[in-house]
Amino acid sequence: MAATTTAKTLPMAKALNESLRKALETDPKVLIMGEDVGKLGGVFRITDGLQKDFGEGRVIDTPLAESGIIGTAIGLALRGYRPVAEIQFDGFVFPAYDQIVTQLAKMHARALGKVKLPVVIRIPYGGGIGAVEHHSESPEALFAHVAGLKCVSPSNPSDAYWMLQQAIASDDPVIFFEPKRRYWDKGEVDTEAIPGPLHKAAVVREGTDLTLVAYGPMVKTCLEAAAAAEEEGKSLEVVDLRSISPLDFDTVQTSVEKTGRLVVVHEAPVFFGSGAELAARVTERCFYHLEAPVLRVGGFHAPYPPARLEEEYLPNLDRVLEAVDRALAY
Amino acid sequence: MTVESTAARSKPRRSSGKRTTTSGTRKRSQAAARPELVQLLTPEGERVEHPDYSVDLTPDELRGLYRDMVLTRRFDAEATALQRQGELGLWASLLGQEAAQIGSGRALRDDDYVFPTYREHGVAWCRGVDPTNLLGMFRGVNNGGWDPYSNNFHLYTIVIGSQALHATGYAMGVAKDGADSAVVAYFGDGASSQGDVAEAFTFSAVYNAPVVFFCQNNQWAISEPTERQSRVPIYQRAAGFGFPGVRVDGNDVLAVLAVTRAALEHARSGQGPMLVEAFTYRMGAHTTSDDPTRYRKDAEREAWEAKDPILRMRTYLEKEGLIDADWLSGLDEESDALAQRVREAIRTMPDPDTMAIFENVYADGHALVDEERARFAEYLASFADEEGR
Repeated sequence: MAATTTAKTLPMAKALNESLRKALETDPKVLIMGEDVGKLGGVFRITDGLQKDFGEGRVIDTPLAESGIIGTAIGLALRGYRPVAEIQFDGFVFPAYDQIVTQLAKMHARALGKVKLPVVIRIPYGGGIGAVEHHSESPEALFAHVAGLKCVSPSNPSDAYWMLQQAIASDDPVIFFEPKRRYWDKGEVDTEAIPGPLHKAAVVREGTDLTLVAYGPMVKTCLEAAAAAEEEGKSLEVVDLRSISPLDFDTVQTSVEKTGRLVVVHEAPVFFGSGAELAARVTERCFYHLEAPVLRVGGFHAPYPPARLEEEYLPNLDRVLEAVDRALAY
Repeated sequence: MTVESTAARSKPRRSSGKRTTTSGTRKRSQAAARPELVQLLTPEGERVEHPDYSVDLTPDELRGLYRDMVLTRRFDAEATALQRQGELGLWASLLGQEAAQIGSGRALRDDDYVFPTYREHGVAWCRGVDPTNLLGMFRGVNNGGWDPYSNNFHLYTIVIGSQALHATGYAMGVAKDGADSAVVAYFGDGASSQGDVAEAFTFSAVYNAPVVFFCQNNQWAISEPTERQSRVPIYQRAAGFGFPGVRVDGNDVLAVLAVTRAALEHARSGQGPMLVEAFTYRMGAHTTSDDPTRYRKDAEREAWEAKDPILRMRTYLEKEGLIDADWLSGLDEESDALAQRVREAIRTMPDPDTMAIFENVYADGHALVDEERARFAEYLASFADEEGR
């Protein structure tokens, strides 16, 4: 993106903070709620300074109870508010999973469209920060599987800013997965730009030999892999999905029809993961264009390992390139 | 918003609050066996007074409560019959709980908002929801067929206890809006074990939310007695969360009305949440799929029959000379007409269009739903072609 007068360079965490600030300024019905989001500004400081400026009535420190946070967010939404709830870490969302799946996701349909649930649930997710158990997980497939929810994950500060704006403006519940290991990565954010649609994938690097599809934290890894592959004379296209549900199969299809090969990369375990869904769809849509089976790079069917092992566990440049080589060998 | 609960500071209005904190010399089992029960009308139909709660109703209002209970019971019986005849897939009867529901339902103002379980047919009646609308989900034509906002009566919630949190959040919103409405969360003795109910107690207390938790303790969570849910009387749990709880005779419509009014006023006046435990009895099965003979004795039911909510009100009204045979036969006719209307409505209730599967999944649409809808329509149309041939 070309630099403009309104663009600034921000880390993703700050872009999210500014996006929340903008939402609070723009719409008096927007509320922020979660554990430690007030004075502390959240454990990742994403809500830093917001309670000071908007008050305890709009930036609400909640009791330490995730089901309670989401259940009351639903009630507030029914009353006309637009809650943006923060779940402190990926692995702590499960006490709220019942409210999200049985209530939040289905209430609009249950009411035959008479009620709307504009609730955003922000979840810092993924590994790579050397954390203890339950702080490094990638549960996005568990939510994408549920009709009634939308799931998105930005990979860079600009998308973080704009996709959060759009998620808050959405009348549907949106699970907003924030790649926590990328919180401190900087990028250009133009707060006056006209953003593209929330649920559209982006081709972030063009190539001709193979398509890498990723989202959230793995986009950066894939871009690095594509740069390394270029030195070996391989031209990789990288698609940043941005949205996991709905998933922009059209953009993936267009890319795979061009390259004939697809490798999907995510931190989440590959078994029943979003890569499995992509493999099935691409096989349906691009069968005669495929030069190789769709391959996946991701987590194993094992609990997320202790931090000392996560460097080996997480997909990295070498693991991506190994899969690329396998796909290109066909 | 203040996080300091005024409820925690305010004195409970009931005398039992004192008793529970000063009962050191009494055995706990005794306290549990003889909790104080707010009662204004005995099972024998005697009007009695209570130091903390009272009602002063006009003859029309008294007759109205009786009428509500009779019509609700008739509607409920009709729905049970319709299930037996195959018109409904399931029915959750409220038989025996009419006073708890009508008494609390008639305490509400229009601007109050109700979060029911799936058994609040009497409350729905009070809110003006057409009873035939309640049948859709039990027939299987929808999952809740009414507009919650048109009567401030939310959809039935099937997952036990989830709605207590919705009510709390809604009440937090009411407080933010500066409105003096109150919110009622209905749930049962079984739900009192759910984490969501405990979390609702916590949230409502710390935010001082104007919500009334109305627990109908009907003694049975399907096959499990209340003893399997709680070691203390349910109303006493409120104290630990910092707000008042009270147990009311749930088969006494006057007492339920009085206590609920007081609880709503407590919420409206900024004193935060209150827990009402309506001590009642599920006279019927959990649902039409249940068989209570496997887990409870007839004698227990018979004992509760003597405390029937409708019978005692009728005895009282007759004794006071407020109703006569003409009035009662008029009510019978009204009852029959309601039953007939329900019967006709269910028999003419159309199945939804197949493509309703894809409707209202999202408010703003979803590409996959669109794709699947189109493909499924195409698939269905392929049969139409065959038939047309």
